[in-house]
Amino acid sequence: MSAPAITMDVRRIGDEVAVVDIKGEVTAACEPVLMSAYEAASDGKTTRLVLNFAGLEYMNSGGIGMLVTLLVRANRQRQQLSAFGLSAHYREIFELTRLDEAIAIYDSEEAALDGTGGSR
Amino acid sequence: MTETAGPDRVRSAEQIGLSAREAAAAPVPDAAPAPGAAKNDPPRDAASWAKKVERLEVDPRDGVRGTNVAGRRLTGPVQGFGKMWQKSYRMKAGSQISPEAAIATWKEHFPEFWPKGSRFAGALTGINPGDVALLDLSIGGGVKLSTGVFVLYADAESFTLMTPQGHMFAGWITFSAEREDPGTGGETIVQVLVLMRANDPLYEMGMPVMHRKEDKFWVATLTALGHRLGLADPKVEAKTTCVDTKRQWRHASNIWHNSGVRSVLQTVTGPLARTRRPDKGPAKT
Repeated sequence: MSAPAITMDVRRIGDEVAVVDIKGEVTAACEPVLMSAYEAASDGKTTRLVLNFAGLEYMNSGGIGMLVTLLVRANRQRQQLSAFGLSAHYREIFELTRLDEAIAIYDSEEAALDGTGGSR
Repeated sequence: MTETAGPDRVRSAEQIGLSAREAAAAPVPDAAPAPGAAKNDPPRDAASWAKKVERLEVDPRDGVRGTNVAGRRLTGPVQGFGKMWQKSYRMKAGSQISPEAAIATWKEHFPEFWPKGSRFAGALTGINPGDVALLDLSIGGGVKLSTGVFVLYADAESFTLMTPQGHMFAGWITFSAEREDPGTGGETIVQVLVLMRANDPLYEMGMPVMHRKEDKFWVATLTALGHRLGLADPKVEAKTTCVDTKRQWRHASNIWHNSGVRSVLQTVTGPLARTRRPDKGPAKT
């Protein structure tokens, strides 16, 4: 399996919210990177996990599958998962796969952190 | 998408009757990044994804009943009812076959690898994003379960099918091929990866049986592909993992769309309906 062309940096916003800045290609190959970002983001009392897709360059169906497994892990920990920074193309993919029914999509980081005006 | 029959290969698929919508759609080329592409160009996966659809549209095709698909919404693992499972089936295809060649063969002859007794009526152009294929799956007692699948994604090294409401599973099936160790030209691994939940409580009750059927179905399919790729003795590794043990009771009402129940009713009432409407052809979906 080829090495994933992606970075995921975690920013904490207070105790309960973590933002994961995703840059590069989301495929099944980046599962270890995503899960380690998730572990870092879930440290402490995190109740909300916000995915920043502004740096997303490529995503295949394996990447969507990986987001579903992330969603399951977050639900198990009673954490809310949301997203922002999706281009029109990737937003449409979230809608096509109906992932937007479980991961709230926001137009901006501010809206995602406020938790207002999401698509869900 | 399961079948109890053995690994016999059907001679050819009944994939006649290309829909107008599919005929109008040009085959999608495999996306490749343009040198020096600007940041605001369409992403290189753009041509690989299907366009958004709210509900499926299909035209009748010869060789399948074609019911339980038109007007249905797509369902992913988020919309399913039962426990979430990831099932993988892997086969080593040797180092002489490239991943692209394996997937091209798979796409081109996909219905021919379907085990005996079931039919996959896809588009004549192969497997392209946005295509809808109609399925008749043998469930015993002379009954065919009629449902379909939607081609969600397709590129040179993989393609993914998504299921509609009423299908046994809510989820995605990804067919892919990749080099085990790309740096040294290692063996090509061909894989089927299923991520799904049973669509409703009735299907969930049947999951122990459906797991066995599913395993048998995909092992038979990969074995048939292996033979087509020239492998003397294809070996398939199967692995099943429960990703989420929780059932999503809020989706229990999915049972309304259950294609198994509807197919039984359609089988029973079909001859009666034809008797009452002798001058009319088969119902359009």
